[in-house]
Amino acid sequence: MDLSYSPEEQAFRAEVRGWLEANLPADIRAKVTGYQGLSKEDYLRWHKILAKKGWAVPHWPVEWGGTGWNITQRYIWEEEFGLIGAPALPSFGPNMCASVLLKFGSDAQKQRFLPRIREGDDFWVQGYSEPGSGSDLASLKTKAEKVGDTYVINGQKIWTTLGHYGDWIFCLVRTDSSGKRQDGISFILVDMKTPGITVRPLILMDGGHEVNEVFFDNVVVPAENLVHEEGKGWTVAKYLLGHERMGSGNVGGSKRELAALKEVAKRELKNGKPLIEDPRFRDKLSRVEIELDALEITSMRFLDKMRRSGQPPGADVSMLKIRGTEVQQMITELMMQAVGPLAAPFKAVDGGAIDFVTSRLSPRYFNYRKASIYAGSNEIQRNIIAKASLGL
Amino acid sequence: MNFDYSDEQQQLADSLQKYLASNYGFEQRKAILNSATGQSDAVWNTFAEMGLTSIALPEADGGFGGGAVDLLAAMEACGEALVVEPLLDNVGLAGRLLSRCGSAAQRSAWLPGLIDGSVKLAFAGLEPGRRYELAPQTTTATQAGGGWVLNGSKSVVVGAPSASRLIVSAATAGGASLFLVDPKAAGVALNPSRTVDGLRVADVRFENVQLAADALLGEACNAQAAIDEANDFATALLCADAIGAMKSACDATLDYIKQRKQFGVAIGSFQVLQHRMVEMVICTEQARSLTIKAASTVDHAIDAAERARVVSAAKVKVADAARQVSQEAVQLHGGMGMTEELKVSHTFRRLTMAQQRFGDADHHLERFAALT
Repeated sequence: MDLSYSPEEQAFRAEVRGWLEANLPADIRAKVTGYQGLSKEDYLRWHKILAKKGWAVPHWPVEWGGTGWNITQRYIWEEEFGLIGAPALPSFGPNMCASVLLKFGSDAQKQRFLPRIREGDDFWVQGYSEPGSGSDLASLKTKAEKVGDTYVINGQKIWTTLGHYGDWIFCLVRTDSSGKRQDGISFILVDMKTPGITVRPLILMDGGHEVNEVFFDNVVVPAENLVHEEGKGWTVAKYLLGHERMGSGNVGGSKRELAALKEVAKRELKNGKPLIEDPRFRDKLSRVEIELDALEITSMRFLDKMRRSGQPPGADVSMLKIRGTEVQQMITELMMQAVGPLAAPFKAVDGGAIDFVTSRLSPRYFNYRKASIYAGSNEIQRNIIAKASLGL
Repeated sequence: MNFDYSDEQQQLADSLQKYLASNYGFEQRKAILNSATGQSDAVWNTFAEMGLTSIALPEADGGFGGGAVDLLAAMEACGEALVVEPLLDNVGLAGRLLSRCGSAAQRSAWLPGLIDGSVKLAFAGLEPGRRYELAPQTTTATQAGGGWVLNGSKSVVVGAPSASRLIVSAATAGGASLFLVDPKAAGVALNPSRTVDGLRVADVRFENVQLAADALLGEACNAQAAIDEANDFATALLCADAIGAMKSACDATLDYIKQRKQFGVAIGSFQVLQHRMVEMVICTEQARSLTIKAASTVDHAIDAAERARVVSAAKVKVADAARQVSQEAVQLHGGMGMTEELKVSHTFRRLTMAQQRFGDADHHLERFAALT
């Protein structure tokens, strides 16, 4: 057992950090650390910079452009992203869709889609949830009807993150309503330029546009876009779940946010002394920091277990999602509390001026309430652990 | 970076677990608790044969030169079985202080016995009214005629009733010093008791105890760093012990809610209980992570502040988790969880004391904050 980083690993960290410092565009970094959303152009520009270096998809098999890094290197890489304020590439294409294609895609599908995902040519989004199908995803109703060598899709998806940036969307659709409901689901790739698709924004309580509704009205999709067999979409979706949860700890990003929180708490005064010296505030801060420390080691233990077993992560990784999002939420809440009354002003009006950063803190706290809801609510994650890991 | 146990570490843990499974069951433990000394010589001798008492001692003293990581799995097994023999206190505190501070003569006088199981030691560090303070203040030693005179009191000295020697921290002019004291010496009075979780302890009074010059352990006035180090080392081991007890509480509770039927179904089918059970498991795993980090840090850290910070983080997490896991374990067992008859109530007591020993969550939050 050795928790220290070897000289080679430290050198690798220095290499990643040096490269990020030299190549992460300052405007993108400023948006991340200043709590602003990124445009589609920002994401794709950053993706292409990474792709040029060969670092867009380090976790892929080497023959498809992966780096062949071991698990520790990948962890260091992700952590450095978080620490410096480099945006992670949206996971829908490089992680989710690619994982599915690598596991279940035909050779033709791999050849067609993987290089474009790797190079950042297309922006991918995810079409899973529906208005009536959230946690109970298998109840989904969006229908895909086989007509000749096409599928005709009708229905609605919701909570489509960055759907307004989407060039392509991977969807779970119902191809059969007769038998067991899981058996009637299929996984299909849809070009969002196809006629009949409408994207409607859903503005969240922080005022931001992140998520959307996507409507499908007689959308005709070539049958060759079906991944795996018809009716096997649920198998694909379950396979993806583990991948989604593994990266959900977001330790590096939370470390950066925690450091920012400490800076704020040093600057803010309470009774003439820095807020960080106030025992009541300090205890809350320390407990978050300790939880995050623990989460970092827990994440590494899961990676180590994967390395040793060569197996994908089990249901236990749901705990990374639960604790990771809890830590994120606690930090955003403490950040808002740290600035006290300054957390209230949101937008300048009538020629007024407000501090941009403090004005982002309450909205950010509002926004992060999403974290315990998305990607399988934390209650669903507990169900998963209870059932699959504890046998309840 | 890797989290693997070495073959030797794994073998030690496996053989200890096997031994405890057949020799430290619920009834066997009860018999040990109810015996005159409240602990078992047979168990202690087996621990010594397995190398538990020697693994963390330097090779020059007949040990294996190991550290907290080498003891991690073993301590966890002891926690799971609710072992009451003072292994932690001998290996983590007294043995460590003796091997690190003792002269060649002191080490050769006592460490062979500690290694072969014939000798037990105890560290007397805490003082009445001073909670978890480790710097001695009210226990004093003054130089007199080539030797020392010891006065004062120590609280809750674990293992004192069975110890051949006490290692006592005392304030001396200019700093803390350590002394090897015979508990039978004139002026030493033990007030023994049994703790709520079954350990044998004693409050110890020293009244004009005459000590020879060679009772001094290490340099006079310069022992504080060693005392702090040993306490961090022992705290890491205590965390491992608590992890084992938490595992036991989780396992027992999971079994129970699968078997216990109400309203015609196993109560584990109720989501409100499932989610609480899951939280118990997550708390335990998070606590385990920081325990691993603490053990690794006490073995490798060069910087005392970094060591203390990591150990405090672990102790906060373990204390919080021990509280939640033990309380929920009893709650999910219902009335049966309250009884002497089930192990879970004994685990509850062990975990309650683990929260406070070597400093409770508040104590370590404060230390963590001061070092962060």
